[in-house]
Amino acid sequence: MCLAIPMTVKKIEGSKAIVESMGVEKAVDIALTPDVKVNDKVIVHAGFIIEILDPEAAREIEATWDEYTTLLNQEQK
Amino acid sequence: MDIIVPAHGSGGKLMNDLITNLIQSILGSDSIQLDDAASLNLPTQAIAFTTDSYTITPIEFSGGTIGSLAINGTVNDLAVMGATPLYISCALILEEGLEIETLKRILVSMKEAALKANVAIVTGDTKVVPKGKGDSIYINTAGIGVFTTPPQRRQINPGDSIIINGTIGDHGTTIMALRNNLTFSKGLSSDCAALNHLIHDVIRNYPEAIKFMRDATRGGVASVLNEITKNASFGATLIEENLPIKDEVRGVAEILGIDPLYIANEGKVVMIVDSRYTDGIIHVLKQHPEGKDAAVIGQITDQFHGKAYIETKIGGKRILPVLIEEQLPRIC
Amino acid sequence: MDIKKEAAVLSQFRIDTPVAIMEVCGTHTTEFFRTGVKDIFPENLRLIDGPGCPVCVTSNDYLDTAIAMGWQHNCVITTFGDMMKVPSSYSSLAKEKSKGLSVEVVYSPMDAVDMAEKNPEKKFIFLSIGFETTAPAEAVCVREAKKKNLKNFFILPGNKLTVPAVKVLLDSGEVNIDGFILPGHVSAIIGRKAWDFIATDYGKPSVIAGFEDYDLIRATLMLLHLLKDTTPKVLNEYARVVRDDGNPKALEIVYSVFTKGNATWRGIGIIPESGLDLKPEYADFDAYKQFPVEVPLPKEHPGCRCGELLRGVIIPTDCPLFGKACTPEHAVGPCMVSSEGPCSAYYKYGRK
Repeated sequence: MCLAIPMTVKKIEGSKAIVESMGVEKAVDIALTPDVKVNDKVIVHAGFIIEILDPEAAREIEATWDEYTTLLNQEQK
Repeated sequence: MDIIVPAHGSGGKLMNDLITNLIQSILGSDSIQLDDAASLNLPTQAIAFTTDSYTITPIEFSGGTIGSLAINGTVNDLAVMGATPLYISCALILEEGLEIETLKRILVSMKEAALKANVAIVTGDTKVVPKGKGDSIYINTAGIGVFTTPPQRRQINPGDSIIINGTIGDHGTTIMALRNNLTFSKGLSSDCAALNHLIHDVIRNYPEAIKFMRDATRGGVASVLNEITKNASFGATLIEENLPIKDEVRGVAEILGIDPLYIANEGKVVMIVDSRYTDGIIHVLKQHPEGKDAAVIGQITDQFHGKAYIETKIGGKRILPVLIEEQLPRIC
Repeated sequence: MDIKKEAAVLSQFRIDTPVAIMEVCGTHTTEFFRTGVKDIFPENLRLIDGPGCPVCVTSNDYLDTAIAMGWQHNCVITTFGDMMKVPSSYSSLAKEKSKGLSVEVVYSPMDAVDMAEKNPEKKFIFLSIGFETTAPAEAVCVREAKKKNLKNFFILPGNKLTVPAVKVLLDSGEVNIDGFILPGHVSAIIGRKAWDFIATDYGKPSVIAGFEDYDLIRATLMLLHLLKDTTPKVLNEYARVVRDDGNPKALEIVYSVFTKGNATWRGIGIIPESGLDLKPEYADFDAYKQFPVEVPLPKEHPGCRCGELLRGVIIPTDCPLFGKACTPEHAVGPCMVSSEGPCSAYYKYGRK
């Protein structure tokens, strides 16, 4: 229902942040995430940052899934 | 600041000045004739003849203008038939208020494009419409080309390769980014270019290889494939992983919720070729600046007759539907 | 990450008795097709499309009202591109634009505020639609317009909340849903805990999912594992974005501007407390209050089954109009016209 994409914060200027993804830059509003910092990965929807990505959680999740798939692929073989 | 006024289209002195001092002086007084029609010599009897009108906002963009677009678009329409483009006509519809400087830049870019494509602009027309009745400038170009080899249309069969001469969606993305206040850290330009030399080179090296060619303009690559497969006894499958798409194009497409395969290109040709010649053709394409990112993007198949499919990264398949709606930025 | 390995795990997952799961979110509907994940589903797994397309569930009279306001009060209608082609009772925004109504497509609601600020001589109505994900941005814009003291910016509140709609589906008992794939971006705002009731009150498992191909594969796998479990749970596949309590700042802003009210959902009817109305202190920005219009009773196509579809009772191909009277070129119902409508997704991607 809601198209939102991950982008990286390059600059913060007042109520706006310049975010970037794949070489594309866009000025977005930071009112919903006032704690946002430069280099944060964020989720952008309709010109607003709606949430900040948690890199620690992302790493843990990846590790878990790698373990899971390796295990299952072994089982299936 | 000089601007276009109604008298520039009235047939009087101002109009004559505009034509001689600006248009002819840029596009070439030796070629553009003030006569009602150009008289031309054609080397063969089989000719290709095309016409197209150009409207675009903004009229100047990174990588081109409405002028270079008009020349390259018409050249490409002839070239994808396998014809050698020779002559172009140029009709300008100018909106009152257009700055003369802007018009000058557009004419210069037309001339440059014509020189590069090795075509002559041989006849033209200028009209002025009142302020508010046009979008700055419209251009119509017609083109004549000659066939030195038979038209490049042959029976398409399963197993044929689908080739493109470079990255997908650059032109439309450049324009959409401008309209939606998106900028680029390293820049992105329209791929606006004439493809006649590149195509000619492929035909010269592989005269029997090309089954079909089409420039992937409005509607993008997906629309070309839908056109080819419509009512056909074969299907087409693209391989998502093989699609040459710039990061910037992917980025804009994601932000605005659109699909690069449906975005317009102005310097891309989709070729269906006999697979025996695939590697050779890619090699030839890569010799040209317009073909340096050439890639085999898919195959004609005996499956899914009449439809175009794409095999996604995870190995699933989905249809590439016929484009229906204009692509608008969306939130869901 | 090896996406092909993960895909293989899903496609080879053994399911002994048929399972039906609902993806609540319309973007998931489209992405399941677009990424090809639906194509590699194991046997016995069925996906039911939920009501999670804000365009699809917007009732006809909302658009009828917007069009009438534009004409009768000489206002510029600003909207997300999604709404342009949606059929109203008698027309659509795209058709009215061709007839001369001022309609501007914006990427962000803040673009509409900027337009109003730059063109003080014109009145601008922003069509405030969307679920929990979009409402915070729209709320910020209303606050901004108030701060800037803009007298020519208004919104037509049409926002909807997904949690009450999912409750209605579960209460109706019309559909047998074994588990849910929950919307990632709605959850980014409202938080994982907001969905706990699905497990505690209804005993069904669910997984909050992101939108990449791997997210869909993983969330489906997690749900399939949960279905084998005896204790129902809400798991969070999208934990890199979705927190237990969501985004409290966003929620605070939403409820500083809006208050919950009844909303009419296409195909479902009125759901109490499932919409967002502007609070009295923002009445100056409420197009309903500022631009009274009379609109004829909304008209729905008699054969259109979008309603049942949005309740998950039928799939698009069950509708007799699907692909015949109703195609994306000539959409009868909103599920065909919205780019993430289930009918549009089936029409575009689902036919082999």
